[in-house]
Amino acid sequence: MLIGLHHYLIVAAILFTIGVFGIFVNRKNVIIILMCVELILLAVNINFVAFSTHMEPVAGADPIAGQIFALFILTVAAAEAAVGLAILVVYFRNRGNIAVENIDLMKG
Amino acid sequence: MLIAIAFYILAFTAIAAAFMVVASRNPVHSVMFLILTFFSAAGLFILMGAEFLALLLVMVYVGAVAVLFLFVVMMLDVDFVELKQGFLTYMPIGAIVAFILLAEMILVGAVYFMGDAKTVVPTDPETSNLEAIGEVLYTQYAGAFEAAGLVLLVALIGAVVLTMRKRSGVRTQNAMDQIARTREDGVELVEIEPGQGLG
Repeated sequence: MLIGLHHYLIVAAILFTIGVFGIFVNRKNVIIILMCVELILLAVNINFVAFSTHMEPVAGADPIAGQIFALFILTVAAAEAAVGLAILVVYFRNRGNIAVENIDLMKG
Repeated sequence: MLIAIAFYILAFTAIAAAFMVVASRNPVHSVMFLILTFFSAAGLFILMGAEFLALLLVMVYVGAVAVLFLFVVMMLDVDFVELKQGFLTYMPIGAIVAFILLAEMILVGAVYFMGDAKTVVPTDPETSNLEAIGEVLYTQYAGAFEAAGLVLLVALIGAVVLTMRKRSGVRTQNAMDQIARTREDGVELVEIEPGQGLG
Protein backbone atom coordinates (compact mmCIF):
# COMPACT_ATOMS: atom_id res chain seq x y z
CA MET A 1 0.00 0.00 0.00
CA LEU A 2 1.93 2.94 -1.32
CA ILE A 3 1.04 6.48 -0.30
CA GLY A 4 1.27 8.53 -3.47
CA LEU A 5 0.66 12.09 -4.50
CA HIS A 6 -3.05 11.58 -5.09
CA HIS A 7 -3.61 10.55 -1.46
CA TYR A 8 -2.40 13.94 -0.27
CA LEU A 9 -4.37 15.71 -2.99
CA ILE A 10 -7.58 13.98 -1.86
CA VAL A 11 -6.98 14.97 1.78
CA ALA A 12 -6.39 18.57 0.70
CA ALA A 13 -9.52 18.51 -1.47
CA ILE A 14 -11.62 17.24 1.44
CA LEU A 15 -10.21 19.90 3.78
CA PHE A 16 -10.88 22.63 1.21
CA THR A 17 -14.44 21.40 0.75
CA ILE A 18 -15.06 21.35 4.49
CA GLY A 19 -13.83 24.94 4.61
CA VAL A 20 -16.22 26.05 1.87
CA PHE A 21 -19.05 24.06 3.45
CA GLY A 22 -18.35 25.75 6.77
CA ILE A 23 -18.65 29.20 5.20
CA PHE A 24 -22.01 28.16 3.77
CA VAL A 25 -23.57 26.73 6.93
CA ASN A 26 -22.12 29.18 9.48
CA ARG A 27 -23.53 32.26 7.83
CA LYS A 28 -23.93 34.13 11.11
CA ASN A 29 -20.67 33.62 12.96
CA VAL A 30 -17.72 35.61 11.63
CA ILE A 31 -15.20 33.83 13.84
CA ILE A 32 -16.09 30.43 12.38
CA ILE A 33 -15.92 31.93 8.88
CA LEU A 34 -12.38 33.17 9.60
CA MET A 35 -11.45 29.70 10.85
CA CYS A 36 -12.88 28.20 7.65
CA VAL A 37 -10.67 30.54 5.61
CA GLU A 38 -7.71 29.24 7.60
CA LEU A 39 -8.79 25.67 6.75
CA ILE A 40 -8.94 26.53 3.04
CA LEU A 41 -5.45 28.04 3.17
CA LEU A 42 -4.19 24.93 4.95
CA ALA A 43 -5.59 22.78 2.13
CA VAL A 44 -3.72 24.93 -0.38
CA ASN A 45 -0.55 24.54 1.66
CA ILE A 46 -0.91 20.75 1.71
CA ASN A 47 -1.23 20.80 -2.08
CA PHE A 48 1.87 22.96 -2.44
CA VAL A 49 3.98 20.77 -0.17
CA ALA A 50 2.68 17.56 -1.76
CA PHE A 51 3.55 18.70 -5.26
CA SER A 52 6.89 20.01 -4.02
CA THR A 53 7.94 16.75 -2.36
CA HIS A 54 6.61 14.46 -5.10
CA MET A 55 8.19 16.35 -7.95
CA GLU A 56 11.06 14.78 -9.85
CA PRO A 57 13.92 17.29 -10.05
CA VAL A 58 14.14 18.57 -13.59
CA ALA A 59 16.42 21.18 -15.09
CA GLY A 60 15.22 24.72 -14.58
CA ALA A 61 12.65 23.88 -11.89
CA ASP A 62 13.55 23.64 -8.25
CA PRO A 63 11.16 21.35 -6.30
CA ILE A 64 11.78 23.29 -3.08
CA ALA A 65 9.98 26.33 -4.56
CA GLY A 66 6.64 24.78 -3.56
CA GLN A 67 7.63 24.81 0.08
CA ILE A 68 8.86 28.41 -0.20
CA PHE A 69 5.46 29.46 -1.48
CA ALA A 70 3.73 27.49 1.27
CA LEU A 71 5.82 29.56 3.68
CA PHE A 72 4.54 32.80 2.14
CA ILE A 73 0.95 31.57 2.25
CA LEU A 74 1.47 30.85 5.95
CA THR A 75 2.66 34.44 6.40
CA VAL A 76 -0.33 35.90 4.61
CA ALA A 77 -2.72 33.64 6.54
CA ALA A 78 -1.29 34.81 9.86
CA ALA A 79 -1.52 38.47 8.82
CA GLU A 80 -5.08 37.95 7.61
CA ALA A 81 -6.12 36.36 10.90
CA ALA A 82 -4.61 39.22 12.89
CA VAL A 83 -6.26 41.98 10.86
CA GLY A 84 -9.56 40.10 10.60
CA LEU A 85 -9.79 39.58 14.32
CA ALA A 86 -8.82 43.20 14.97
CA ILE A 87 -11.66 44.37 12.71
CA LEU A 88 -13.98 41.98 14.55
CA VAL A 89 -12.99 43.40 17.94
CA VAL A 90 -13.56 46.98 16.74
CA TYR A 91 -16.90 46.02 15.23
CA PHE A 92 -18.01 44.32 18.43
CA ARG A 93 -16.98 47.37 20.43
CA ASN A 94 -19.13 49.63 18.25
CA ARG A 95 -22.19 47.44 17.76
CA GLY A 96 -22.12 44.95 20.62
CA ASN A 97 -22.78 42.12 18.20
CA ILE A 98 -20.94 40.22 15.48
CA ALA A 99 -23.87 38.77 13.54
CA VAL A 100 -22.95 38.82 9.88
CA GLU A 101 -26.36 39.86 8.57
CA ASN A 102 -26.18 43.06 10.61
CA ILE A 103 -22.95 44.08 8.90
CA ASP A 104 -24.64 46.13 6.20
CA LEU A 105 -23.75 49.66 7.24
CA MET A 106 -22.23 50.45 3.87
CA LYS A 107 -25.27 49.14 1.96
CA GLY A 108 -22.97 47.69 -0.69
CA MET B 1 3.30 -0.03 5.53
CA LEU B 2 3.98 1.97 8.67
CA ILE B 3 3.91 5.15 6.61
CA ALA B 4 0.53 4.16 5.19
CA ILE B 5 -0.91 3.58 8.67
CA ALA B 6 0.50 6.91 9.89
CA PHE B 7 -0.89 8.67 6.82
CA TYR B 8 -4.40 7.28 7.29
CA ILE B 9 -4.46 8.09 11.00
CA LEU B 10 -3.23 11.65 10.44
CA ALA B 11 -5.47 12.25 7.44
CA PHE B 12 -8.55 10.90 9.23
CA THR B 13 -7.81 13.00 12.33
CA ALA B 14 -7.31 16.12 10.24
CA ILE B 15 -10.55 15.65 8.33
CA ALA B 16 -12.62 14.72 11.38
CA ALA B 17 -11.25 17.68 13.34
CA ALA B 18 -11.87 20.02 10.40
CA PHE B 19 -15.46 18.85 10.27
CA MET B 20 -15.83 19.46 14.00
CA VAL B 21 -14.50 23.01 13.51
CA VAL B 22 -17.50 23.63 11.29
CA ALA B 23 -20.09 21.62 13.22
CA SER B 24 -19.17 22.36 16.83
CA ARG B 25 -21.67 24.40 18.82
CA ASN B 26 -19.15 26.11 21.04
CA PRO B 27 -16.59 28.34 19.25
CA VAL B 28 -13.98 27.55 21.90
CA HIS B 29 -14.27 23.89 20.90
CA SER B 30 -14.00 24.99 17.28
CA VAL B 31 -10.66 26.65 18.02
CA MET B 32 -9.45 23.52 19.80
CA PHE B 33 -10.41 21.37 16.81
CA LEU B 34 -8.67 23.87 14.53
CA ILE B 35 -5.50 23.30 16.55
CA LEU B 36 -5.95 19.53 16.16
CA THR B 37 -6.41 19.94 12.40
CA PHE B 38 -3.23 21.94 12.06
CA PHE B 39 -1.34 19.51 14.26
CA SER B 40 -2.40 16.57 12.09
CA ALA B 41 -1.53 18.53 8.95
CA ALA B 42 1.92 19.14 10.43
CA GLY B 43 2.22 15.38 10.83
CA LEU B 44 1.33 14.94 7.15
CA PHE B 45 4.04 17.48 6.28
CA ILE B 46 6.59 15.45 8.22
CA LEU B 47 5.47 12.31 6.37
CA MET B 48 6.16 14.14 3.12
CA GLY B 49 9.61 15.18 4.30
CA ALA B 50 8.93 18.88 4.82
CA GLU B 51 9.98 19.10 8.45
CA PHE B 52 10.67 22.81 8.47
CA LEU B 53 7.16 23.72 7.31
CA ALA B 54 5.66 21.20 9.74
CA LEU B 55 7.36 22.83 12.70
CA LEU B 56 6.52 26.28 11.35
CA LEU B 57 2.86 25.26 11.09
CA VAL B 58 2.84 24.18 14.72
CA MET B 59 4.62 27.34 15.86
CA VAL B 60 2.65 29.85 13.81
CA TYR B 61 -0.79 28.29 14.08
CA VAL B 62 -0.86 26.53 17.41
CA GLY B 63 1.39 29.09 19.03
CA ALA B 64 0.06 32.31 17.58
CA VAL B 65 -3.04 32.22 15.40
CA ALA B 66 -5.03 29.74 17.48
CA VAL B 67 -4.26 31.62 20.68
CA LEU B 68 -5.36 34.84 18.96
CA PHE B 69 -8.63 33.18 17.97
CA LEU B 70 -9.08 31.86 21.49
CA PHE B 71 -8.51 35.32 22.98
CA VAL B 72 -11.08 36.92 20.69
CA VAL B 73 -13.65 34.16 21.20
CA MET B 74 -13.36 34.42 24.94
CA MET B 75 -13.17 38.22 25.00
CA LEU B 76 -16.30 38.88 22.97
CA ASP B 77 -19.41 38.40 25.03
CA VAL B 78 -21.65 37.04 22.31
CA ASP B 79 -24.57 34.67 22.51
CA PHE B 80 -23.10 31.96 20.32
CA VAL B 81 -26.16 29.72 20.44
CA GLU B 82 -28.11 32.40 18.63
CA LEU B 83 -25.34 32.69 16.03
CA LYS B 84 -25.54 28.96 15.41
CA GLN B 85 -29.13 29.18 14.19
CA GLY B 86 -29.60 28.81 10.47
CA PHE B 87 -27.19 25.88 10.36
CA LEU B 88 -29.87 23.55 9.03
CA THR B 89 -31.36 26.21 6.75
CA TYR B 90 -28.18 26.53 4.74
CA MET B 91 -27.30 22.84 5.06
CA PRO B 92 -28.79 21.54 1.77
CA ILE B 93 -27.34 24.21 -0.50
CA GLY B 94 -24.01 24.04 1.32
CA ALA B 95 -23.90 20.26 1.04
CA ILE B 96 -24.71 20.36 -2.68
CA VAL B 97 -22.02 22.95 -3.43
CA ALA B 98 -19.49 21.11 -1.25
CA PHE B 99 -20.22 17.78 -2.90
CA ILE B 100 -19.88 19.18 -6.42
CA LEU B 101 -16.66 20.94 -5.46
CA LEU B 102 -15.17 17.80 -3.92
CA ALA B 103 -16.17 15.60 -6.86
CA GLU B 104 -14.68 18.06 -9.32
CA MET B 105 -11.43 18.43 -7.44
CA ILE B 106 -10.95 14.70 -6.97
CA LEU B 107 -11.88 13.97 -10.58
CA VAL B 108 -9.67 16.64 -12.09
CA GLY B 109 -6.84 16.76 -9.61
CA ALA B 110 -6.32 13.47 -7.89
CA VAL B 111 -7.40 11.03 -10.59
CA TYR B 112 -5.02 12.73 -13.00
CA PHE B 113 -2.12 11.69 -10.78
CA MET B 114 -3.61 8.31 -9.82
CA GLY B 115 -1.97 6.43 -12.70
CA ASP B 116 1.64 7.14 -11.84
CA ALA B 117 1.85 6.22 -8.17
CA LYS B 118 4.60 8.69 -7.37
CA THR B 119 5.96 8.53 -3.87
CA VAL B 120 8.05 11.10 -2.09
CA VAL B 121 11.18 11.83 -4.06
CA PRO B 122 14.06 11.07 -1.72
CA THR B 123 16.07 14.20 -1.21
CA ASP B 124 19.82 14.28 -1.11
CA PRO B 125 20.66 12.85 2.32
CA GLU B 126 23.46 15.36 2.76
CA THR B 127 21.19 18.42 2.57
CA SER B 128 18.39 18.58 5.09
CA ASN B 129 15.01 20.15 4.35
CA LEU B 130 15.95 23.20 6.39
CA GLU B 131 19.20 23.62 4.50
CA ALA B 132 17.49 23.27 1.13
CA ILE B 133 14.96 25.97 2.04
CA GLY B 134 17.58 28.26 3.53
CA GLU B 135 19.71 28.05 0.44
CA VAL B 136 17.06 29.57 -1.84
CA LEU B 137 15.02 31.62 0.64
CA TYR B 138 17.67 34.29 1.18
CA THR B 139 19.07 34.29 -2.34
CA GLN B 140 16.61 33.46 -5.09
CA TYR B 141 13.49 34.45 -3.14
CA ALA B 142 15.01 37.29 -1.11
CA GLY B 143 12.60 39.84 -2.63
CA ALA B 144 9.56 37.74 -1.79
CA PHE B 145 10.98 37.18 1.69
CA GLU B 146 11.25 40.94 2.23
CA ALA B 147 7.71 41.37 0.90
CA ALA B 148 6.47 38.79 3.42
CA GLY B 149 8.14 40.77 6.17
CA LEU B 150 6.45 43.92 4.90
CA VAL B 151 3.06 42.16 4.91
CA LEU B 152 3.60 41.16 8.53
CA LEU B 153 4.65 44.68 9.47
CA VAL B 154 1.58 46.21 7.83
CA ALA B 155 -0.67 43.64 9.52
CA LEU B 156 0.96 44.38 12.87
CA ILE B 157 0.52 48.15 12.54
CA GLY B 158 -2.99 47.69 11.14
CA ALA B 159 -4.11 45.51 14.03
CA VAL B 160 -2.69 47.94 16.59
CA VAL B 161 -4.20 51.02 14.91
CA LEU B 162 -7.59 49.34 14.57
CA THR B 163 -7.92 48.23 18.16
CA MET B 164 -6.33 51.24 19.88
CA ARG B 165 -8.75 53.72 21.39
CA LYS B 166 -8.79 56.71 23.69
CA ARG B 167 -10.95 56.14 26.71
CA SER B 168 -12.14 59.06 28.81
CA GLY B 169 -11.74 58.97 32.55
CA VAL B 170 -8.63 56.84 32.51
CA ARG B 171 -5.39 58.27 33.88
CA THR B 172 -2.60 57.45 31.49
CA GLN B 173 0.94 58.61 31.06
CA ASN B 174 1.35 61.60 28.73
CA ALA B 175 4.75 61.09 27.20
CA MET B 176 4.87 64.47 25.46
CA ASP B 177 4.18 66.35 28.70
CA GLN B 178 6.87 64.40 30.45
CA ILE B 179 9.46 65.12 27.79
CA ALA B 180 8.53 68.83 27.63
CA ARG B 181 9.02 69.26 31.39
CA THR B 182 12.01 71.44 32.29
CA ARG B 183 14.02 71.81 35.47
CA GLU B 184 12.44 75.18 36.16
CA ASP B 185 8.91 73.69 36.12
CA GLY B 186 9.76 70.84 38.39
CA VAL B 187 12.23 72.04 41.00
CA GLU B 188 11.96 75.04 43.29
CA LEU B 189 14.80 76.20 45.52
CA VAL B 190 13.58 77.60 48.82
CA GLU B 191 15.60 79.43 51.47
CA ILE B 192 14.40 78.32 54.89
CA GLU B 193 15.06 80.44 57.99
CA PRO B 194 16.23 78.28 60.90
CA GLY B 195 13.46 77.45 63.37
CA GLN B 196 10.61 78.77 61.19
CA GLY B 197 9.87 76.11 58.64
CA LEU B 198 8.16 76.82 55.35
CA GLY B 199 5.00 78.12 56.99
